[in-house]
Amino acid sequence: MIRLPIVLFFSAGLFAVGVYGVLARRNAVLVLMSIELMLNAVNVNLVAFSQLLQDAAMTGQIFALFVVTVAAAEVGIGLAIVILIFRNRETINVDEINLLRW
Amino acid sequence: MTWQEWAFVVLGVVGLGAAVRLVTSKNVVHAALYLVVSLLMVGAIYLLLGAEFLGWVQILIYVGAIVVLLLFGLMLTRAPIGREALDNQQRGLSAIVALGILVGLIFLLQDAFGDREITLRPTRIAEAGEHLFTDFVLPFEVVSFLLLAALIGAVALARKEDAE
Repeated sequence: MIRLPIVLFFSAGLFAVGVYGVLARRNAVLVLMSIELMLNAVNVNLVAFSQLLQDAAMTGQIFALFVVTVAAAEVGIGLAIVILIFRNRETINVDEINLLRW
Repeated sequence: MTWQEWAFVVLGVVGLGAAVRLVTSKNVVHAALYLVVSLLMVGAIYLLLGAEFLGWVQILIYVGAIVVLLLFGLMLTRAPIGREALDNQQRGLSAIVALGILVGLIFLLQDAFGDREITLRPTRIAEAGEHLFTDFVLPFEVVSFLLLAALIGAVALARKEDAE
């Protein structure tokens, strides 16, 4: 028996830390790591509600599995783009990559 | 508090502490190692909540694959060391936004789910596999196609252009 708010507060904290990381970091790889934290917070919520509702089809857990898969794809593509940017611009600081800014 | 709640609080505090160190550390490799701790704690929380398959998947995919990928990324981009090099100028504003989100979420969640309790029931891997390949077989195929596309995309993007 675990009270649900404890789990939800943990995931809210993880999400808030991820938001801070995305906003405050300028290294693109660190921004990707912070995004992983936020995705993990969402997954914790999905699992908690799946267990709370005793879902017969286990939708929450399976959906969390899909989120993990999409996160893996996102990191793969994201790092490919980061490496490409580094090769062209010699920097991966997100505030210096402003070619498309107006 | 039950012992499950104590176990959850311990795992959660360690996970959150590692997450905070991840977004404040001055060294990118240390940040990646803190990410490992944080993800391991989340995996342990899945196991505690009874999501057995997801817990092991978390450790395999996240700790085993994604963190190694991120470390390769750090290695290939020669990331600098030092807080000023890794953070931008909006640290205070970011902290305010994050704290606002945290306080708002805690208030709303306490209001909406303050009295709910999870009765822990372990879910077997066989059960998860059965649902994955019957009820969710179409999303499963879509995700596998997405992974294939990501694989080809990453190779096509990161390949060195050689003179042809």
